[in-house]
Amino acid sequence: MLELLLSVLILTGAIFTFIGSLGLARFRDFYTRLHGPTKATTLGVGCLLIASSIHFSVDGDLSLHEVLVTLFLFMTAPVSAHLLAKAALHLKLRSLTPTLKEGDDTPAHL
Amino acid sequence: MLNTVIPIAYALVAFAFLFSFFRLIVGPDAPDRILGLDTLYVNTVALLVLLGIDLGNAIYFEAALLIAMMGFVGTVALCKYLLRGDIIE
Repeated sequence: MLELLLSVLILTGAIFTFIGSLGLARFRDFYTRLHGPTKATTLGVGCLLIASSIHFSVDGDLSLHEVLVTLFLFMTAPVSAHLLAKAALHLKLRSLTPTLKEGDDTPAHL
Repeated sequence: MLNTVIPIAYALVAFAFLFSFFRLIVGPDAPDRILGLDTLYVNTVALLVLLGIDLGNAIYFEAALLIAMMGFVGTVALCKYLLRGDIIE
């Protein structure tokens, strides 16, 4: 039973890590590429950390190192994503779907 | 069951490494490369956690924590450099 739970958590974590990096490689502009690593990969690593916390808590005492890593990762991922988006806007990177300018009714690409 | 799942997880994380390395090499602009490097750090944390479960050694988490912290500091420093042209003002 415990092994099943651990296997499901590890597989989910690895699949989400994979999907996040696949999104990073496959999406077509920077602002969409930002979604993959900051959402999917963070969730994947979170699943893996929960799995290892359970694995090391079963035999012996409670293992809380992983909670530290999880907390740190979940706090820093949005901050670094925000800074990266700010840097990209500062460098005026092109976006595939331009946002509406003030006074425009239709997006520029339509 | 763990014996079959862990190698699959290793393979998936290895492909994740390849994809983020691809973005680090190819990425057309500087923020793309920084994002690739950041993802590489997060993937390293995942790989170290997997190694810790596989080998049954809890010492890997200290390394994972260190890499997570250093990765965050590196990303912030590179972003500050892109934003202001200077890291420490």
